[in-house]
Amino acid sequence: MADVMIMNEIEATASRLGIDLSQLDLDSIQLPPGEDFGIVSDDEDVYQEDNMDFDTGFGNIIVVDNLPVVPLEKFGKLEVVIRKIYSQIGVIKEDGLWMPLDPETKKTLGYCLIEYNTPQEAELAREKTHGYRLDKSHIFAVNMFDDFDRFMKVPDQWAPPEIVPYTPGENLQEWLTDEKARDQFVIRAGSDTEVLWNDARHLKPDPVYKRSYWTESFVQWSPLGTYLATVHRQGAAVWGGAATFNRLMRYAHPQVKQIDFSPGEKYLVTYSSHEPSNPRDANRVVMNIFDLRTGKVMRDFKGSADDFAIGGAGVVTGVSWPIFRWGGREDKYFARLGKNMISVYETETFSLVDKKSLKVENVLDFSWSPTDPIIALFVPELGGGNQPARVSLVQIPSKEELRQKNLFSVSDCKMYWQSNGDYLAVKVDRYTKTKKSTYTGFELFRIKERDIPIEVLELDNKNDKIIAFAWEPKGHRFAVIHGDSPRPDVSFYSMRTAHHTGRISKLATLKGKQANALFWSPTGRFIILAGLRGFNGQLEFFDVDELETMATTEHFMATDIEWDPTGRYVATAVTSVHEMENGFNIWSFNGKLLYRILKDHFFQFLWRPRPPSFLSPEKEEEIAKNLKKYSKKYEAEDQDVSMLLSEQDREKRRMLKDEWDKWVSEWKHLHEEEKLARQKLRDGEASDEEEEYEDKEVQVEEVLDISEEIVSSEYEQV
Amino acid sequence: MRPILMKGHERPLTFLKYNRDGDLLFSCAKDHDPTVWFADNGERLGTYRGHNGAVWCCDVSRDSTRLITGSADQTAKLWNVQTGQQLFTFKFESPARAVDFSVGDKHAVITTDPFMGLTSAIHVKRIARDVDEQTAESVLTIQGPQGRINRAVWGPLNKTIISAGEDAIVRIWDTETGNLLKESDKETGHKKTVTSLMKSADGSHFLTGSLDKSAKLWDARTLTLIKTYVTERPVNAVAMSPLLDHVVLGGGQDASAVTTTDHRAGKFEAKFYDKILQGEIGGVKGHFGPINALAFNPDGRSFSSGGEDGYVRLHHFDPDYFNIKI
Repeated sequence: MADVMIMNEIEATASRLGIDLSQLDLDSIQLPPGEDFGIVSDDEDVYQEDNMDFDTGFGNIIVVDNLPVVPLEKFGKLEVVIRKIYSQIGVIKEDGLWMPLDPETKKTLGYCLIEYNTPQEAELAREKTHGYRLDKSHIFAVNMFDDFDRFMKVPDQWAPPEIVPYTPGENLQEWLTDEKARDQFVIRAGSDTEVLWNDARHLKPDPVYKRSYWTESFVQWSPLGTYLATVHRQGAAVWGGAATFNRLMRYAHPQVKQIDFSPGEKYLVTYSSHEPSNPRDANRVVMNIFDLRTGKVMRDFKGSADDFAIGGAGVVTGVSWPIFRWGGREDKYFARLGKNMISVYETETFSLVDKKSLKVENVLDFSWSPTDPIIALFVPELGGGNQPARVSLVQIPSKEELRQKNLFSVSDCKMYWQSNGDYLAVKVDRYTKTKKSTYTGFELFRIKERDIPIEVLELDNKNDKIIAFAWEPKGHRFAVIHGDSPRPDVSFYSMRTAHHTGRISKLATLKGKQANALFWSPTGRFIILAGLRGFNGQLEFFDVDELETMATTEHFMATDIEWDPTGRYVATAVTSVHEMENGFNIWSFNGKLLYRILKDHFFQFLWRPRPPSFLSPEKEEEIAKNLKKYSKKYEAEDQDVSMLLSEQDREKRRMLKDEWDKWVSEWKHLHEEEKLARQKLRDGEASDEEEEYEDKEVQVEEVLDISEEIVSSEYEQV
Repeated sequence: MRPILMKGHERPLTFLKYNRDGDLLFSCAKDHDPTVWFADNGERLGTYRGHNGAVWCCDVSRDSTRLITGSADQTAKLWNVQTGQQLFTFKFESPARAVDFSVGDKHAVITTDPFMGLTSAIHVKRIARDVDEQTAESVLTIQGPQGRINRAVWGPLNKTIISAGEDAIVRIWDTETGNLLKESDKETGHKKTVTSLMKSADGSHFLTGSLDKSAKLWDARTLTLIKTYVTERPVNAVAMSPLLDHVVLGGGQDASAVTTTDHRAGKFEAKFYDKILQGEIGGVKGHFGPINALAFNPDGRSFSSGGEDGYVRLHHFDPDYFNIKI
C-alpha cells in the first residue's frame, strides 16, 4: 500500500534530507489544494462504501432456485407460470427472465434469473416468494444475484472465529466528570452542528466539538446522553467519546426519516417511508430495530403505511412517531397500536408477548407507565353512546386488566403519566347535554396505591378550556392552564393535602397569565409559565413551594424552551420558523438572563441528558440538609472566577483601546502629512478645521429685566 | 431627548446629508423633491424641484453653494443651494444611485445602476467653477462590479474611489487609471448587499452597513477591516459620531417582510454602538418602518434619521449622552 509508509522508511528519508523529526511540527505541513499525496482521509471510507452500491449494478436481479427440471417441450409452460408469479410483484425487464438449459440433456437446470427494473422490486420479490410452494417438492429458494459472490466465499470447512482481544473503549460518560459540573448542549445552525459546554460562570458557551454537515436532517441525544445520533441518507450514526465525538456505530437504513432510542439506550429504531411504485398504493414503510452497541438488526418491520397509521377506528391520521413505544424496565417491552389491537413485543425474543397481540376493539390511544410494565389505553364511545368509552390499565406480560373506568359522552381523552409512574391523569373532554359544546374534567389514578383509586377533578369553572397540563417531575403536584386564550388562569394542584395523602387539594390559582405552555424544572418546585407563539415569548419563572413569582421576563418570539437536566439553567430559543431573532438565551433557574447568542438559521437546541443519579434518596436528603457545607467550596471558586473575569475584561478593553489609539495616531499622522496636498486640492484654502477658527471676542449684552424704581431722594427736599 | 418630527416627504426617505457647517440638513426621498431644512429647529427652507424620479443620494459642496443629486430618472443634477435653481443635468442611460463631491469640489463621482442590459458603472465628472463651462463629459468611467453599486465615495486626497454595493465586496479604485487596487476579503467581509457607506470626518476610515446584519469599520487607505458591529436586523444606514467614539446603525426588517405581528418585531431602532469596544450602548426608537438614512451633525450634538415611513426625525442629544460610560 502506497499510503502506508513504514516508520523507519520515514526516518531514513528524514535523515537523508537533514530533518530532525522530533523538531518537526506535523501540523505546520500544508498540502497544496487538490493534492493528497495518496493519503486517505479518515472520512473517505464513507464515500468508498457508498460507491459499492452503485458499482455492481446487479441489485435488480434475483435468482430463483428449486424450479422443476423440465424438458424442452414444457419449457414454455414453466416460463409462463414463473412470469405470472413474478410479474405480479414488479415489472420484469424485457428479456429479463432467463432460464438456462443443460446443453446435453436439453432440460432446464432447475433455476432461473429474473431482472427487474429496480432493486426495490427485486428485494420485494425475494422477500415475498422465498419459500413459495409451487407444489409439494418445489419450494422456491430465492436470492439476490449480488449475494452469490458472498455465498461462494463461504469456506467449506468451518474455521473457529478468531477471538479479538478485548480492548477497553473510551469512557463514553466522561462528560459527567467535568470538574466544574457543567452541562453540554448541541446546537444546529446553518450547516454547522456544534456541541458546547454551558459555562454559566463565564457567561458564555465553551466549545467542545464542531462539525459542518454533521447530519443531513437533525441530531438527537440518546435518552441517557451517552450518544449523539446523526441522520444521513444512508442511515443513522451515533457519536460519542471521552474528549471528542467519534463515530461509534453506523446503522444502514436508506432514506431514514425518523429515529428513536429505547429509554435504556439498548436499541435504536429507524423509520423510513418510500413512495410506492403504484401511485394508488400507500407509502411503503420500513422500520428497523438495531442493537445500539453491536449495530445488528434485531428485527425489521415492513409494510404499507396504512398498517402503521395510528387512529384505530377507521380514522387514518397518518403515521405518528414514535410508532413503537417502549415500556418496562431495561427496555423490556415495546408496543405499537394497530387496528383493534395493541401489539406488545418483548426484546428478549423480539416477538409478540404470548405470540399474540392484545385485542382491544377500537382502541384509539395507549401509553406506557414511565416506570412499570403497565399500559393505559383509551377506547372511545361506540354505538352512539350505547357502549361507554373507557380507560383501562393493563399489566404486561400477564395482560391482566388492573383497573378500568367507564366514561360517558366523551369526545376526547388525553393521558398524562407522572414521571415516577405514581399517578396517571386522564383529561376527559365531555359533551354538554346539548352536545353542542364540550367541557373538561380530569380522572386521576393513584397507581401505587391498593386497588388504584380514582378521583374525579373538575375545575372551579368547569366550562374553562384546558390549554396545557403538566405534572411536576418526580413530584405530586401538577399545573393546569385553563380559561380563555388572551388571559387564561394557571392553577396548581397537589395529590395530597396537609393531613391526608389521599386527597387532591388546590394550591393556588394565578389569574390572567399570558401563558400557553408549562415547563417544570426537572427537579420540580420551579416552573416556567411561557407564552409562546401568539404571546411573543412571555416568560414567568414561578416557585411553587413558596407560590411566588421569581421573575417575569421575555424572550421575544421564543419558540422553544428547555430546562437543562439538572434544573439549574433554562434555554429559550427562537428557531428558524421565524425569520428574525434566531438564536438562544440561557437563563438561571430564577429567571436571570445569563447570556444570549444569535445565530441565523437556527434549527435545534438540545441539552445533553444525564443518566439518573446513583445517590440514594437518603444520601440526597443528607446533601440537601448540609448544602452550606458543600457549597462553600463552589462559592469560593465562583468568586475567583468573577475576579478573573473582570480582570480579563479590563485587559481586553485596554487592548482594544490601545489598538484603536494606534490607528487614530496613524491616521492623525497621515492626515498631517497630507495637509499640504489637501490644501492644494482646495485651491489653497486652509483645509482643516482648526485653522479656520478665529478667536473673536464677542460681547453680548443681554437685557435680563427692566424695572423702575422710584428712589426717594432726600436731596430734592433739601 | 424629544425628537423633532419633520414631515415633508411623501415617500420613504433615502438619504440625509448635513452641510459642513452643520446648519443645513438635506434630505432625499423617493418622492422627487430633495428638501433642505434648518438643522437646528427642523424648519423647512425649500425643495429642489426638477427631478422626475426617486432621488437616491446627494452631496453638498464644502462652501454650501452647490448641491448634487442622483436620481432614478437617469440624471444627476447640480443645484444652487441658495436659490434652488437647477444648474446642470448629467444624463445617463440608467438610474443614478450615489453621488459624492471630491476634496476641493472639483470632481464628483456618480454611480449608475445596471439597467436594460447595461452594467453598473462609476463615472467621474469634472465640476466647473463657472456653471457655463460645465460639460457632461466623464473624466473616467469604471465598470466591473456585478450588481448595483449602492455607494461610492472619494478616498484620501482624491487618489482613490471606494465603492460597495450588491455584491457585498468593498473595492478601492485608482482615480488616475481606473484600476482596481484593493477589494475586501470574502471570508471576513460582508456576506450580503452593502447598503450604506459613511466616511469619518477626516476621511481616514469608513463604516459600511450591510443586509447581513452587521456593520464594519475599515481603514480607508489599506482596506483593513478594523471592527465589526453585529446587530439583529439588516442594516440600511450607518453613521459615525464626529465627537464621541460612537457609531449608529439603522435598519430593520425589510418593508415587504414586515408582518402585522408586533411593532417590536421590526426593531426599527437607531442603535448606538461603542466604536472601540463594539458593544451596544442603546437605541433610539420612533420610526414606524425601517430606517433608510442616518446622518450626524458635524458638531456631534445632534443626529437625524430618515425612515421608510417618510419622516425625518431630528434628535438633539441630552447632556447625559455625553457622559455615557460602558
